[in-house]
Amino acid sequence: MATLSPNLAVRPPRTRDTGGDPPSYGGGNGNERGGNGSSDYGGRLRRARLGLVVGLTAVVMLFIGFTSAMLVRRGLPSFDQQTNTYSRDWIPIQLPWALIAINTAVLLVSSLTIELARRDISRQMALAPVQSIPGVSLGDERRFPWLGTTVILGLGFLVGQFLVYRVLQQQHAFISRNPSNSFTYLLLGTHAIHLAGGVIALMYAAATTWLQRPIESRRIVIDVAAWYWHFMAFLWMYIFVILLIAR
Amino acid sequence: MATSEVVHAHAAPQGFIRKYIFSLDHKIIGIQYFFLALTAVWVGMILSLLMRIHLIWPDANLPLIGHIQPETYLSLLTMHGTIMVFFVLTTAPQGGFGNYILPIQIGAPDMAFPVLNMLSFWTTFVAFVVMIAAFFVTGGAPLHGWTGYPPLSAVQSSGPGEGLGADLWITSIAIFCAASLMGALNFITTTLDLRAKGMSLMRMPLTVWSWFITAILGLLAFGVLLSAGILLLMDRNLGTSFYLPLIVVNGQVMGHRGGSPLLWQHLFWFFGHPEVYIAILPGMGVASQLLSTFSRKPIFGYRAMVYAMLAIGFLGFMVWGHHMFMSGMNPWSAFAFSILTMCIGVPSAIKTFNWLGTLWRGNVRLYSPMLFAIGFVSLFVSGGLSGPFLAQPTLDIPLHDTYFVVGHFHLIMGVAAIFGIFAATYYWVPKMFGRMMNESLGKIHFWLTFVGTYAIFMPMHYLGMAGHPRRYSQLTELGYLHNLLPLQRFISIAAFITIGAQVIFVLNLFWSIFRGPKASDNPWEATTLEWTTATPPPHDNFGGNTPVVHNGPYEYGVPGAARDFVMQNDPAVSPHPAH
Repeated sequence: MATLSPNLAVRPPRTRDTGGDPPSYGGGNGNERGGNGSSDYGGRLRRARLGLVVGLTAVVMLFIGFTSAMLVRRGLPSFDQQTNTYSRDWIPIQLPWALIAINTAVLLVSSLTIELARRDISRQMALAPVQSIPGVSLGDERRFPWLGTTVILGLGFLVGQFLVYRVLQQQHAFISRNPSNSFTYLLLGTHAIHLAGGVIALMYAAATTWLQRPIESRRIVIDVAAWYWHFMAFLWMYIFVILLIAR
Repeated sequence: MATSEVVHAHAAPQGFIRKYIFSLDHKIIGIQYFFLALTAVWVGMILSLLMRIHLIWPDANLPLIGHIQPETYLSLLTMHGTIMVFFVLTTAPQGGFGNYILPIQIGAPDMAFPVLNMLSFWTTFVAFVVMIAAFFVTGGAPLHGWTGYPPLSAVQSSGPGEGLGADLWITSIAIFCAASLMGALNFITTTLDLRAKGMSLMRMPLTVWSWFITAILGLLAFGVLLSAGILLLMDRNLGTSFYLPLIVVNGQVMGHRGGSPLLWQHLFWFFGHPEVYIAILPGMGVASQLLSTFSRKPIFGYRAMVYAMLAIGFLGFMVWGHHMFMSGMNPWSAFAFSILTMCIGVPSAIKTFNWLGTLWRGNVRLYSPMLFAIGFVSLFVSGGLSGPFLAQPTLDIPLHDTYFVVGHFHLIMGVAAIFGIFAATYYWVPKMFGRMMNESLGKIHFWLTFVGTYAIFMPMHYLGMAGHPRRYSQLTELGYLHNLLPLQRFISIAAFITIGAQVIFVLNLFWSIFRGPKASDNPWEATTLEWTTATPPPHDNFGGNTPVVHNGPYEYGVPGAARDFVMQNDPAVSPHPAH
């Protein structure tokens, strides 16, 4: 057992931090809730959403890296051997805008359908206690498959982007030909990879229905997948604008 | 208990593979990270041993690798730096101790996303395997240094290791970025959302603060490194010209046009400077924790410590240009980066003064973890003070490519951070493995390492001031370096002895894990939550008793308390101490 040394001058601890009832603010939130058998659903949803926001920050930083590289590279002069002079080598890529506009429309519609799927599962969630009462029916149980629609639209967008790639290849606008081309391929490709991840997440969300997971888990998966999907649409609009003004 | 079911949805696993290999338990994952880093540090250290042997005996014919060629020396240098920075200094303090201790210190049963946590470790493991694979492919490991500057790193034909070896190197870094981002996501969410009742932000131990801020830095920095790495891979393999201007390699004109190697430097150092703090911040947290515990005094200026760490993290993102004073940047840019860099001295000094203030008139207990914590402060000051030198362009330009910089960053980023890891190891091994480490061996290890590292890295500053260039494999060929050879020999011999001392550490570690005396639940009489639970902690950390926090983390020497410390979960301080 340790003893205080006699000459040890100790500051009295601040009363704010010592003793007394624990404050109800700050942390320590989720842990005391959820004793009603609902497995702390609110806490899980909040945690999943927080995790998503933090994860998306990393994606934002990735694209900030690309964008700043693009803006810097755009202003760089290139040395020309023949004339011994420096000149700008940035030749804006010719994009199939009509096709890109269609893809954009598909993605925006899919953002709408996933929002409807998200609201639908929230409504189901809210009505679940009522439905569980024996003898109570909520009428027609059939619902429009918003989730499946979103998956199809998402795959449609990816196919559309592949068609953009094909068009660029046919025009001989290859990736190494010009820095504008390089960045366009880079942005489209990185977005497509992230969106494909979103499609997989949506498929998993759909699978949770077949796997008969508890409705709380299904809602969390659909909610997080939906916000990710919205972010993908937002990210695409950002890339669209960048390609429009700085390609 | 509802909580343990909620966050800890997975039950305690039974089989060996689920329990020790693909475990979801943050404690096992922390130990996995720790041993990965321990493996990596030996690989990195053996590489430095080979370099030190080569520098003083350039004609030596070594077993297995034979005579070291200049390009082999550069490979050793590259891999030493990369392995140490990524797989030791980033992995051990954050992935290892952060993973093990953070959830327990905030009273959580596990990390917020256990599956992601497991994925994060195994992704790091894959990154390490890919990195090591670079040694064994045609051409061997890359030559471009841990900073991977183009054009050397962006042209396949620029050197023997720049083919497949360099591709593996970049791929490994990219995988490591993904792993670190997963880890950072988990750390941030856990800290924000899983704190026990009463664990307000300003009651969090400074270790938790340091891991939290480190995670934020990682989240913001690794995404940018990933983007830089993708561009580099494209330049190497798809013929793009992000980093490459018109360039002639071995008499052959390459197809690249108009890119800029400086673009890589900007992107890399935007990651690279925060990375320095990713390595050192957890050490600061551990030093604060240990200095308070072993001085039996509250940490001096808790809030100032938190704000200083936040300030260091914030400023860390604005100073990347000070690594690029040699790049011919606009002097006004250099001036701005220089001023901002020196601003970091302010929060660093606040931390140093507070550490000394914590020690001042404390009832100091010089156990081996405490020795390493004090050693951390010493090395932080010694290594840090050469920072303001290098922050000034006029001084950096003559010193930049010399051993002065090698001495500077090894003291601060290498050895100080490693001392933080050692302090954490001696401090938490009793909790992690249930057995105390041998105190005498710990003290011998400390003194040999402390004196040894100073003997290695202090003279390097003089070498640098005498104009000794870094990254040169041959010293005997250059006449003006002859006078400096005795100092190089001294450094090498000091390095051999210091590396030998690490054998003592490893023997002590493994002997203690299996044969050491049993540790009590709270052997250091510390206050934070990990010492309130069993040793080693049960599967859900608190055996179903979710802690409720009533006190700050450093309540030592509290007047009126029964003991000279008050645990964080003590409901009240007794007004009538027992006599």
